[in-house]
Amino acid sequence: MTDTTSNQPVGSTAADKARASELSAVGRFLKATELDTRMLGMVGALLVIWVGIHILSGGLFLTPRNLWNLSVQTSSVAIMATGMVLVIVMRNIDLSVGSVEGVIGMIMGVAQAEFLIRVIGFQLGNPWLWIIALAAGVVLGLLIGAFQGFIIAYMEVPAFIVTLGGLLVWRGMAWLITSGRTVAPLDTTFQLMGGGPRGSIGATASWIVGVVACVAVAFMLLNGRSQRKRFHFPLRPVWAETLLGVVACAAILGAVWIANSYPWPIGIVRQYAQQNGITVPEGGLFIAHGIAIPVLMAVAVGIIMTFITKRTRFGRYVFAIGGNPEAAELAGINTRWVTMKVFMIMGVLAAISAAISSARLNASTNALGTLDELLVIAAAVIGGTSLAGGAGTVMGAMLGALLMQSLQSGMVLLGIDSPLQSIVVGAVLVIAVWLDTVYRKRV
Amino acid sequence: MANKTALATAPTTAPSGTPLIDMRNISIAFGGIRAVDDASIDLFPGEVVALLGHNGAGKSTLIKILSGAYKRDGGQIFVNGEEALIANPRDAKKYGIETIYQTLALADNVDAAANLFLGRELMTGWGTLDDVAMEAEARKVMGRLNPRFQRFKEPVIKLSGGQRQSVAIARAILFNARILIMDEPTAALGPQETAQVGELVKQLKSDGIGIFLISHDIHDVFELADRVCVMKNGQVVGTARTTDVTQDEVLGMIILGKCPPGAIPGPGALKIAA
Repeated sequence: MTDTTSNQPVGSTAADKARASELSAVGRFLKATELDTRMLGMVGALLVIWVGIHILSGGLFLTPRNLWNLSVQTSSVAIMATGMVLVIVMRNIDLSVGSVEGVIGMIMGVAQAEFLIRVIGFQLGNPWLWIIALAAGVVLGLLIGAFQGFIIAYMEVPAFIVTLGGLLVWRGMAWLITSGRTVAPLDTTFQLMGGGPRGSIGATASWIVGVVACVAVAFMLLNGRSQRKRFHFPLRPVWAETLLGVVACAAILGAVWIANSYPWPIGIVRQYAQQNGITVPEGGLFIAHGIAIPVLMAVAVGIIMTFITKRTRFGRYVFAIGGNPEAAELAGINTRWVTMKVFMIMGVLAAISAAISSARLNASTNALGTLDELLVIAAAVIGGTSLAGGAGTVMGAMLGALLMQSLQSGMVLLGIDSPLQSIVVGAVLVIAVWLDTVYRKRV
Repeated sequence: MANKTALATAPTTAPSGTPLIDMRNISIAFGGIRAVDDASIDLFPGEVVALLGHNGAGKSTLIKILSGAYKRDGGQIFVNGEEALIANPRDAKKYGIETIYQTLALADNVDAAANLFLGRELMTGWGTLDDVAMEAEARKVMGRLNPRFQRFKEPVIKLSGGQRQSVAIARAILFNARILIMDEPTAALGPQETAQVGELVKQLKSDGIGIFLISHDIHDVFELADRVCVMKNGQVVGTARTTDVTQDEVLGMIILGKCPPGAIPGPGALKIAA
C-alpha cells in the first residue's frame, strides 16, 4: 500500500530523489518544468533558421514587417496542420486538403461575388454576403469531410486512396464551377480574413488580446497546480511554474509588440487620413497593424484543437485508436465514427483555410491551395506527428507550419530560385523525419 | 468454493442455482473452418472455470464471443438466466463482463489512467476529461494490485511486462465486474507476479465474481480452478470438477480427447466403440 499518511507528495520517494540527483543540471531543469525536449528542439531549430536567414539576408528577416507577413502567410497552413495531426495520429492521411481548399474557395467566391448578388438580388456590401458565403463553405467542408470519412471508415477503402482520388476530384470540381475563370473581387468584409492593414485589429486591441492571454496562462498554471494539490499529486517546483509563466507571457507580449511595430504603408495612411479628416503631421502618421485577423483565427483554431485533443473524450479516443486500434475497439470505442469525425473536422479546417487564402488573394482561383496538402503534411510531421500513429501535438504542428513558412519566405528574401527552394524544402522534410526517428529510438 | 461432497467417481454436476453465464450451443466459423462448434459452457458466482486445450482448440474464440469481440453464428448466451444480446464489447461490459486479453489490449501511447478508463472516462461538470480524478482512482486501484507502481505519467509502452499486466487487470476489476475473463493472465509474468495474480483470483472469487481462466499451465489450473472445460478442434471434450479428475486425465482430454469417468462428456469427446 502507498503510504498516504506522510506529508510528502506521492511521487517523491527516496528512490525518486536518488534518481533525480543522478540527472545533470539540464535534466533536472527539464524534469522540474516537465517541458518536452522535442518541442524545445523545434523552437531551437526555428531560432537558428531565423537568425541564420537574418544574417544571410543582411538584416531583412527579423523585422516587424517580415515577421508580421510571415505570421499571416503561416496561418492558412497552420490551421489545416492542426487537423492533419488528428488524421495522422489515427494512422490515416489526407492528400485532398489542398484541393478541398480550392473547391471551397471557389464556392465561397462564386457565392458572394455572383450567386447571392445576381440570383438572390443582394446589394454589394450586404453583411449577409460574407456570412452566408463563409457558412456555406464551412458546411461544404463538413460534408466533403463526412463523405470521404464515410468511405474510409465504413466502406474500408484506405485513406490514402480515397484522398488521392479526392485530390483529383475536388481540384477538377474547382475548375468546373466557373470553367477555370477567376472570381474577383470579393466582399470587403470577407477580405478582412486575409489580413492586410484593414484586416488587423490595431495596437490597442492587440495589447488587450496579449494581456488577456497572459492572464489566461497564469490562470491555467494556477488552476492545474491547485487541482494536483487537491489530490496530493507531485507538483512542479514553484520556480519552474513561475519561469514557465514568465516565458509564455514574454513570448505573447513580444509578439504583440512586434505586430504593433509594423506601421501601415504611407499610401493607406494618407487615404485613411483623408477619409477621416485627419491631417497627416510632418514626418508621417504612425498607425500600427497590430495582430492580423487570420493570425487570430489560427490561434483560436489552435486553442480549440488543443482543447479537443487533450480535454475531450473524442480526443482521447483519437490517440488511443492511433496507439492500438484493436485495443480501442475492444474497449468499446466506436472507431469508425471517430474516424469519420476526424475527417469532418479536417474538412471544416480546410474551409477556414480556404476563406483566409482567398480573402488574402481577394480572388477565388481554381488553383487555390495547390500543393498545400504537402505543406500541411510536412508541417504536421516536422512538428512531431508520428506517421506510425498515436503521437503528435497541435502546438507542434503549428510550429512546424511556421518553420516551413520561415524557410520558404526566407529563401524568397535571399533571392533563391524556386526550383532550388523546392529542393531545400523536400530535403528538410526528409532530414526532419530522420532526426525524429533517431530521437524516438534514443528516448 | 469447492463442493466437498464430490467424493464419488461419478461426475458431479455443476453447482445448483442460476449460472452467472450460460453459453449454449455456440458456433462460429471463419471461412470454412469451424473455430467453435456447438460448444456449451457455464459459470457460477464465485467459481473459477478453466478453459484448456491446444493452440487453435477454440478457447480464445469462444471467450471472445462472450466478450463481444466476435459475433457468433449460432447459439445463445444467458446472463443470470436471461438471454443476453452481445454484439460488441460495449454490450458485454453492460452485463458486467470484463476481459483481460492475452495481448493485454492496451493503448500503448497513453498513460495508465487513460487505459484504465478507456471507453468509460470520468468527466467533469463541464463535459471535459477529469484527468485528475482518473489519476486518483488509478492510484487507488494500482496501489491495491501493485503498491510499488509509481509511473502514472508515462505511456504504458514504457512499463515492464508485469506492470502492463497489472494495468490490464486493474482495468478489468475497476468497474465492479461480475464476470471476469482472463486469457493467459500469467503468460508474460515472472514467478512472483504469477503468485500475485493467483492471490488476486482467490480474492475476486471470494467477492463472488465468476472467472473464466484460459491457461496452458495445468498446475496453475489445478491450483486456481474449481472446474475445467477442455476443448479440442472447436468442440467441448468434457467438463469436470478439478477434485474429480487427475492432471493426467485432463492431459488425456487435451491431447486425445478422451473423456475420463470423472467428467461430463461433451460433443467433442472421443467416441469409444462399445
